[in-house]
Amino acid sequence: MIRLATCSLAGCFGCHMSFLDMDEKFLGFVERVEFDRSPFTDIKSIGKCDIGLVEGGLCNEENLAVLKEFRENCAILVAVGACAINGGIPAMRNHFSMDECLAEAYLDGIGIENPQIPSDPELPVLLQKVCPVHEAVRIDYFLPGCPPPAGAFEVLLEALLKGEKPELPRKLIHYD
Amino acid sequence: MGSNPLQLLIAIQKAFNHVPDDAICRVASALGLPISRILGDVEFYSFLSREPLGTYSVLMSDSITDWMLGSRELFLRLCGNLGVSPGVTRCDGLATVGKTSCTGMCDQGPALLVNGIAVANLTDERIDAISRLMEKQIPPVAWPDEYFRVESNIRRRGWLFQDWQGPILEGEVLLQEMTDAGLRGRGGAGFPTAKKWASCRDAPGSERYVVCNADEGEPGTFKDRVLLQHCAGRLFEGMALCARTVGAKRGFLYVRGEYRYLEAHLEAQLAARRDADFEIELHWGAGAYICGEESALLESIEGKRGIPRVRPPFPVTFGLHGMPTVVDNVETFCAAAAIAAGGGSEFRSLGTAGSCGTKLLSVSGDCARPGIYEYSFGVSVSQILEDCGAGNVLAVQVGGAAGSCLDASEFGRKICFEDLPTSGSVMVFDRTRDMREAALNFSRFFAHESCGFCTPCRVGTGILAQAMERISEGRGTEEDITEIGDLGGILKASHCGLGQSANRAVRDMLRKFPEHFEGGVN
Amino acid sequence: MKTVSLDGAVVPFAEGQTVMECALAANISIPHLCFLPGFLPHGSCRLCTVKIDGRLASACTQPAMAGQHVEIDTEELRQVRLSLLRMLFVEGNHYCPACEKSGSCRLQKAAYDEGMLDLHYRPWYPKRKMDASHPDVLIDRDRCIFCELCVKASRDVDGKNIFGISGRGIDTHLVVNSKSGLLADTDISAQDRAVEVCPVGAILVKGRGFEIPIGKRLYD
Repeated sequence: MIRLATCSLAGCFGCHMSFLDMDEKFLGFVERVEFDRSPFTDIKSIGKCDIGLVEGGLCNEENLAVLKEFRENCAILVAVGACAINGGIPAMRNHFSMDECLAEAYLDGIGIENPQIPSDPELPVLLQKVCPVHEAVRIDYFLPGCPPPAGAFEVLLEALLKGEKPELPRKLIHYD
Repeated sequence: MGSNPLQLLIAIQKAFNHVPDDAICRVASALGLPISRILGDVEFYSFLSREPLGTYSVLMSDSITDWMLGSRELFLRLCGNLGVSPGVTRCDGLATVGKTSCTGMCDQGPALLVNGIAVANLTDERIDAISRLMEKQIPPVAWPDEYFRVESNIRRRGWLFQDWQGPILEGEVLLQEMTDAGLRGRGGAGFPTAKKWASCRDAPGSERYVVCNADEGEPGTFKDRVLLQHCAGRLFEGMALCARTVGAKRGFLYVRGEYRYLEAHLEAQLAARRDADFEIELHWGAGAYICGEESALLESIEGKRGIPRVRPPFPVTFGLHGMPTVVDNVETFCAAAAIAAGGGSEFRSLGTAGSCGTKLLSVSGDCARPGIYEYSFGVSVSQILEDCGAGNVLAVQVGGAAGSCLDASEFGRKICFEDLPTSGSVMVFDRTRDMREAALNFSRFFAHESCGFCTPCRVGTGILAQAMERISEGRGTEEDITEIGDLGGILKASHCGLGQSANRAVRDMLRKFPEHFEGGVN
Repeated sequence: MKTVSLDGAVVPFAEGQTVMECALAANISIPHLCFLPGFLPHGSCRLCTVKIDGRLASACTQPAMAGQHVEIDTEELRQVRLSLLRMLFVEGNHYCPACEKSGSCRLQKAAYDEGMLDLHYRPWYPKRKMDASHPDVLIDRDRCIFCELCVKASRDVDGKNIFGISGRGIDTHLVVNSKSGLLADTDISAQDRAVEVCPVGAILVKGRGFEIPIGKRLYD
């Protein structure tokens, strides 16, 4: 069995939804693939895996720690979706300072009651800038799209399960 | 100055310590040009500024040779003395302290420009004294003369510095003599000069121009400065001979803004000329290395941003204002004048088969006698090192930031078009030096001087500089090292030579001195 | 008839034609961005980089000359194009999912065609000034690729001369010809060629919101 782990960092889980959009083809993979850490299994810690799929970019220190764990444990690491590849929508906060972002979200925004910036020690520390995953670790393959189409996951996994290099056809490459 | 936008803007900058937005609109409307053209100039040339600068605008020369002489420490000292942050004007408006690319004082650095005028031989004491003068609001004209003294440091004179007094050859005879002598352009590319002049003469056009490129910005080069100081008469004679040969009525001497201190001297030399048929105008640069590229230089004389043109067509057919134009280097015009005055046959006898005559070299860095050396082409690097008193040499950078970095195994190589073509910059690094510093300096230089027109250079020089920043801070990765090498392939797709050669020296340094970079990678 | 060789195909050309023009006439595709027929080419994006007799050159500015041997579709040039596209993406802010131009964007299409899956370099996330002052047209400078097509179209087609390029190096940016520097103080209109010609989402018509469904857009 091939062991596969997935996670969503600074993402919206849309890539995971698209993964599930493979519908009945997903069942075909289930027979050959065992899921390790993933929102699908609710397993919280990662073991040694053959393939890791990372959705989302890096916006806080927890994202960074998870990404490094995935890199250490996965033989093949795949950046999945626009946010993992270029920071995506969360990276639009890079146009503003951290103070501006926090003030807008928790102090000055419309409809805020009891304005205060959260400071619970449980909350991971935000990074100054949101950045794509390839800035922090080596990435083996990339699956662009917001989200990548289900067919792209299929092409990727079929190739990797056969031990081949995935070749995404032109019609499955899009950035939105 | 007349109606030339760039010269007007330089004057406005000088008068107001910046170019106010209102002035941009007024200049545009006075000259009948779009606002974007004038704004484009202000935001392109680094000596122009939209924000008010201090009464004293200080720019520290940031060449690698300045670094080696302690400029970065002096820069911090100056900022500390005045209580300013780099690039931020002091709140009372007294001073702005920033950095600028090589100011051509490498043989007497560290140097700075105060309100555009060079001050060399900086020491802690001199920096402290300057700080005090500024605090007391004493204008630079009242500062001690010695601060502004610029030495010529001519260490070795040859053919070019001889006083050729023969009967002057002109026209076709001169072209033949230049061809026979084997004169090629001294800027580094080495195009046969007579061929260039003849092409210009033969190209169709209602007017013709002769332009002298004295915008030497290649880090480590300062020979034009010395020639302008000592041989301006010969230079103007060379330009006039060219003008008579090609049929030009007007000429321009484009001098880099860093040499503004030469203005009175050059104006006096020009005033002393008696030639009603050929008028030479001074045109000042304003802090843009790219304007040393001949087509960018022409754009700049036309008052535009210094963006290199699409070539072909070349300036000899489509030059200034679209007219046939000869653009030659200071040294080339001087050599042409010397050949016209009888120096041809001796010129021919000097040098190598493919590189006749002599070459002025600007030698700086770790050596006892930095300065100007005139050698016959074919001189070996080791000979130069011996003559300038360089010992324990690790590396020699020939040709400036865009040139080649040689290690000790290559010191037998020769300065000539066949082996090491160069505009004359020779920078010496001894074994106490960390070549990572030089690589950082050069990569920053290109990122700062890229004109921004084409993708590979605009972005590639930035990526190169960022990778070198990380490596120099010890945060580099193996990927950064690989990237610096790989960028060469894409930079080659650049629009002009600046981008095409931008990673060359850094790549050489990585290959030849890998141990210097190990500490930067984790 | 004078000819050039384009990836081995012998193609005739007329005097004064560029390599790009003779390739277009022969239906041979050379990827390009800043080049658009009808406008004077200047070769800034370099995407049309080809190898002519061993030297890299931009096909849109290089005059065709008899006997030239032009390489287009080689592994080396594919790598150059891919790197150029990645550079254009990292120096700007190209969040396709949030861009009105997505699906009809020539930068995006060029990247699809070259099979660009990742940025490779670290994105720069520039913060250039947005200009939303005009009621009908807006400028998002973070998406500008400095192709100057709007500059040329506004000057030469619309006769308004509204745009220019200013700055230097990585600070290069699009500027507007008005005292305030704002689009509101120009006579631009949403129907101007300068607006329509923008290959990316830098100059957009306001009041539209993702009108064309995904799958029906120009390059879907």
